[in-house]
This record gives sequence, C-alpha cells and structure tokens, in this order.
Amino acid sequence: MTLIDLANPTRFLSLTARLLPWLAAATTALLLIGLYQSAVAPDDYQQGATVKIMFVHVPNAWLSMLVWGVMSLAALGTLVWRHPLADVAAKAAAPIGAAFTFLALVTGSLWGRPMWGTYWEWDARLTSVLILFLMYLGLIALWRAVEDPSRAARAAAILTLVGAINLPIIKFSVDWWNTLHQPASVMRLGGPSLDRAFLIPLLVMAVAFSLLFVTLHLAAMRNEILRRRVRSLQMMQASQRSV
Amino acid sequence: MVAVRAGHTKQARTAVLDMTALAALIGRDIKIALRVGGGALIGVLFFLTVVVLMPFAVGPDLALLTRLGPAILWLGALLASLLTLDRLFMADHEDGSLYLIVMGRTPLELSCAAKALAHWLAAGLPLIIATPVLGLLLNLDATSTSAVALTLLAGTPALTFTGMIGAALAVTLHRGGLLLAVLVLPLSIPVLIFGVAASQAAISGPLSFGTPFSILCALSLASFVIGPFAAAASLRHGLD
Repeated sequence: MTLIDLANPTRFLSLTARLLPWLAAATTALLLIGLYQSAVAPDDYQQGATVKIMFVHVPNAWLSMLVWGVMSLAALGTLVWRHPLADVAAKAAAPIGAAFTFLALVTGSLWGRPMWGTYWEWDARLTSVLILFLMYLGLIALWRAVEDPSRAARAAAILTLVGAINLPIIKFSVDWWNTLHQPASVMRLGGPSLDRAFLIPLLVMAVAFSLLFVTLHLAAMRNEILRRRVRSLQMMQASQRSV
Repeated sequence: MVAVRAGHTKQARTAVLDMTALAALIGRDIKIALRVGGGALIGVLFFLTVVVLMPFAVGPDLALLTRLGPAILWLGALLASLLTLDRLFMADHEDGSLYLIVMGRTPLELSCAAKALAHWLAAGLPLIIATPVLGLLLNLDATSTSAVALTLLAGTPALTFTGMIGAALAVTLHRGGLLLAVLVLPLSIPVLIFGVAASQAAISGPLSFGTPFSILCALSLASFVIGPFAAAASLRHGLD
C-alpha cells in the first residue's frame, strides 16, 4: 500500500472506513487517560491549579503549527506530484488547523488572565500565533472564493507554500519587535525544566491531540470527497435537464 | 569549434533579446501606468488622504503626531501600495496581453520581476517622493523625514514583490479587492515591523539604525527571489 494506491478515492474511502473507528477509539482512550492524568497532576507551587490549562493549551499550540506543515506537504503533493487527494487533504486540514489555533489563543488567554492579570498581551508568541490564525482564515477565504475546486487548490497550494516560508520570518520578526518595545514578561515552562509529574500527562495529551487531528482530518477528507461527488452529480443532473 | 562558437553567439543573442523584451515590458508598463486611466498616481493621492485623516482621528496634538509620524507614514504607504496592487496583472488580463507574456519566450519569472519593478517605479517611488511633504504635515524634522523616506525606499520593493504573489493569485481566480488584501497583509507584517523600527531607531531609539535597516534590505532581497517565482507559478497553474 503506497501513497499512489490511495489516489483512487473509492479505495481511500473504503480504507478509511475501516481505519476510522479504531483511530477514534484510540483517540478517546488516550484523551481520557491524558485528562485523568492532568486532573490528578499536582498543583504548581506558584500557579496553583491554573497550571492544568497547560495540558490543553500546549497541544493545541503545537498542532496549530503541525497542521500548517501537513498542508505544506499536501501543497507539494498538489503542485509537484499532482496527487488527486492532495488538494482534498489541504482543503480539509485548513479549518481544523484554524480551530486548533483558535483554541490555543483562547486557552492561552484564559491562562493569561490569572497569571499575567490580562487576557491579551502584545507579546511575541501571542502575536505570532494570532498572525498564524489570520493566515488560516485567509487561506479558508481563498478556498471559499472559487467554485472550481481544482483551480482553488493550485492557488491555495501556492499561498500555503509562501506562508510556510513566511511563517518563520514572521515569528522571528515579531520576536525581535517584542524585545525592542518591552521586556519579556512571560513565565516559561520550557521542556527540560518541566517536572516529570507535568511532563508525562503533557506528552500523553500531545499524542492524544495528534491522533484527534488525524481522525478529524481523515473524516473531513471523506466528507470532502463525498461533497465533490454530490456536486458533480448535481452538475450532471443540471446539464441533462437543460438539454 | 565553429559549432561551439555558433552556440555561444546564439545564447548571447537570446540573452540580448530577453533583455530588450524585458526593457520594453518595463517601459510599456510605466507608460500605461502614468497615462490617463493608469491609476499609478491615485496611490499618492490615497497616501495623502490617509495621512490627512490621521490628525482627525488622534487629534491635532503636534507632539503626539511627531511620535506617531513614522508609523502613520509607513501604514499609509502600506495601504497605498496595497490599493494599487490590483492593477499589476488585472489590466493585462482583461486585454489579453497577459497570455502573450505567459506564452512568450522570455522566462515568466523574469517577466513577472520586470512587471513588479515597473509597478514599483510607477506606484511605489512616487510615495517616497511625496514623503517629505507629508512629514511636514506630521511635524517631523528633516532627519526623521529622511529616515522614513530611506526606510520606505528600502522596504516598499518588498511590499510590491510579495504583494505580486497575491495579485497573481487574485487575477487567476478572477477575484480582487478584499481577498487580495486579506492574503497580502499578513505577509507584509515583517516589513512593517522593521521599517518602523528602523525609522524609530534613527529618530529616538537607543538602538542603532543599521540593524533593523539591514534586515529590511534583506527582506526586500528575499522577496525579489520568492515573489517572481511564486507569482509565475501561480500564473502558470492558474490561467486557463
């Protein structure tokens, strides 16, 4: 089974139909374990119970970037290999990525209120994630602006790749901009400085969220394939009626 | 030996032909932009209007305007260059000459770069020439005004060349206007950050002018590479 075998949408549909229940079950199980572990994790000596927001916030933030990476690969698939399912994958991933980014912003904001005393701070990290969110929305707007899916796919693929080049530049420039104007006020729980009691639930949650993305993505791709079939059936019906 | 030399002269002749074609393209675009219906100078008028609107919004406090001046000028230039981006491929698409450019023997990437250069000369350069006058309205002194003009000179090419990607996408999709703005504005954030940072550094900042200014130049240079390739790819894949 290679990537080329999946080019046949019917084969892809039958494979994912078999795969999806298992994926959904694994996601649910891992999410339950992760949530339980996060609930029983000890309170932080400084932050108290609010540290538990981290177990939801960090996986969301991680996935917000991972999804753009997946879309870039799909964009290469559209432009270079002309894989028939690549644009379906790219289109299905965009709203999911936007949702993860939005959740990262919201949970971060809720975490920021008790910790920093403000819902929003024009901090480098927050700002660059906000710009990522805007770029997701722009990409979705581009998908929705054009009726013909294959034409929209190539335009969206180019924009995704340009965005993939630009996102590090934006991140870097925003970091720089922040140091100019205000001192860093962010308390950071960097990876190695994190205690094992927090690290293990966080990793479980990260894997659970990644599985959640794969599940949602495959389901969204199935929906997109079916939606396109419905669309072409409707077009055929309309053209027959007009003849 | 003779064959090799013939090959060389043929290559050289093609290169010369390419150069004349590109020069002709630049000349034509500038001529069209400056003539009646071209719309290049409307950008300057828009720039003036945006800057004049600012004191109405923040109040006629001269000290405050001096402090905000570089940011206002940069924002005005950004919006003005965004406004004129629509024209970059749209008119050529309407009269069909875009298809000639795409199918021509000159590499499409070079043609795109030439078109962007012509667009910048016709629509971007006037903005920089207008900056000293507008700096007067915002109570900026000579040093500040020249700093802003210099950063605009280094930064607006990046706006044009990255904006060209959006313009190429918009023309292949037969959509323009707001979609173009939504796609292009997030990409122009780094240019805005370093442009304003360099101007502020020259006016008041403790930081040296050189660092943000060199990054601004680097952004422009990077956009010279990325912009034409992405725009050409978009035109190749998108035009039917």
